[in-house]
Amino acid sequence: MKALRKHAWITGLAVILALLFVATKLIQPSFGASGIESLARAALPFAFATVAQAVVVIAGGIDLSIASIMAVCSVTAAVLMEGASGPAALGVVFLVLAMGGAMGALNGFLITITRVPDIVVTLAMLFVYEGVALLILNAPGGRAADWLRGLIIGGLPIPGLTGIPRALIFLLILVALVWLPIRRSRTGLSLYAVGSDALAAFRSGVNVGSTRIVAYGIAGLFAAMGGLTLTLSTGIGEPIPGPYLLASVAAVVLGGVVLGGGKGGLLGPLIAVFILRLVRMDLTLLSVDPNVSAIIEGTIMVVVVMIGGLLAAKGKL
Amino acid sequence: MTRAKALLRDYPIIPLLILLALLVGTLEIMRPGIVGERWIANTVKFAIPLAMLAACQTLTMLTGGIDLSAAIVATISSFVMATLVPFYGATGAILLSLLPAVAIGLLNGIGVGLFRVHPLIITLGTGLIGTGCLQVYQSTVIATGSEVPEALAWLGTGRTWGFPNALVLFVPFAALILYAQRRTGFGRLLFAMGDNEGAARLAGVRGWQVHLALYALSGLIAGIAGLLYVGLIKAPSLSLAVPLMLPSVAAAVIGGTSIFGGRGGYAGTIVGALILTVLGTMLTLLQMPEGVRRILFGGIILGVAAIHLRLTDTR
Repeated sequence: MKALRKHAWITGLAVILALLFVATKLIQPSFGASGIESLARAALPFAFATVAQAVVVIAGGIDLSIASIMAVCSVTAAVLMEGASGPAALGVVFLVLAMGGAMGALNGFLITITRVPDIVVTLAMLFVYEGVALLILNAPGGRAADWLRGLIIGGLPIPGLTGIPRALIFLLILVALVWLPIRRSRTGLSLYAVGSDALAAFRSGVNVGSTRIVAYGIAGLFAAMGGLTLTLSTGIGEPIPGPYLLASVAAVVLGGVVLGGGKGGLLGPLIAVFILRLVRMDLTLLSVDPNVSAIIEGTIMVVVVMIGGLLAAKGKL
Repeated sequence: MTRAKALLRDYPIIPLLILLALLVGTLEIMRPGIVGERWIANTVKFAIPLAMLAACQTLTMLTGGIDLSAAIVATISSFVMATLVPFYGATGAILLSLLPAVAIGLLNGIGVGLFRVHPLIITLGTGLIGTGCLQVYQSTVIATGSEVPEALAWLGTGRTWGFPNALVLFVPFAALILYAQRRTGFGRLLFAMGDNEGAARLAGVRGWQVHLALYALSGLIAGIAGLLYVGLIKAPSLSLAVPLMLPSVAAAVIGGTSIFGGRGGYAGTIVGALILTVLGTMLTLLQMPEGVRRILFGGIILGVAAIHLRLTDTR
């Protein structure tokens, strides 16, 4: 029954996404491969931020510092690639990924040793990472290696499949590469166990502290990927964090991950990201005032979580 | 040692006051002569709007919630007020501007109380909607101009016999909150719901009514804080109080209110707001790059929260 409901939620999301694609096609008949490509590319940093948030929320936490970690990674990549744009850029990528993972793990470590609530620790770290980003680069600048940018711009270089955006494949491969092995392992099970009941998990022999550190570390890794794609798609580093925090929480909730932990996966949030991005794109295509579209987006989010809340309450009774 | 610890546990405000005194002392050493009547008045002046916004966080946090729309609500009411003054005069504009504040609060309360949505999510969402509405509103009133009424400017910036006039509003406000949180049924309900919502419900508390009233009240307080803040800054804008958002949460947390509900109170929050304001002055005086200042700010919030938890923890 529970599994059915989980899948029902994801199926519902997929149907909404499909309907939105049809609507987009109706609004703009010329919408095609290039439209999907730009959608996927714009959604990329949002998708990574959401996946990062989803991992932490599944483990029962919340990470307010995601957008700041992304900013640190984005500026680090942009500054270092300015000097090393050739093959050396690959080293930069790995360095940045390691940095992101370390920043995330530091969040988890601080939460574990201080026993201060997640939301407070990550709020404090939000300021810290924001400061770090500003120290590395205090105005937008730097550059991205061109060959790396090629990874996420354009369609697949395979004949017949050029309609599939590279950004989408890039996203799916990276998320699968990190998440699937973890999900299948003992660690993955611990993440869900700690998220649904930390005390019960502790009494069953799960090391709650190190599980939290792992969860935040994975989130940091995904946030680093988000920061990298940000630099790759714009070509520069931006020290002021973008609107990724709010968007990531919204997409996580819309994607069926329960705040409080223990339930949900990464597929739902990923579909939710594309739904939210597509809504924004449709509103732009309809030439709706961007401010009005902000209201519409907020309303969608509130209505969705209210319906979700009602369903959850019904399930409990 | 255990006696000292018991004392600290019963009066968690003591270490906070010591920290505040230490910070002020450090400031005096850094820049001798700075701590005077004028400086204190200024610090209090800037701490008051922060402390009022932090009241929204404290009250909602007592039930285990949070109000992340407070800073946006404050901005909305201040902007609406300033643009309505040319039409309705100061009194009318002030009253009208509190309507959207209460409306957003009610919406939060409906979401939390009736639909059982996590407060973090619903207040983020209503904040987004509010921001959008404010921007649309701005584009419709762009030609009419805006003005901050004399009375609010007097309240926000003026001083009488060395005391900031804002205290005229803040002292009764703080007294009311302090009285309400411990001595009235509503205040005790907040603690009860935050401590154990299930038990409170079984004891006959209608949770949704408490949530509705609480978030509406939080919206109203945020609106009033916004009006006071625009009197202080004197330049209404679309992002007026937004930078106070995270510090308001930090002030409540430093003040010892538990984000999981049931523990804390407004007295600590007031000291927390003062600490953050003094800290801000200190970091500005250090003339460090903006980045270092933010790192220190974040680090200190975390440090104080951790130490405070250690000192007052009953486990």
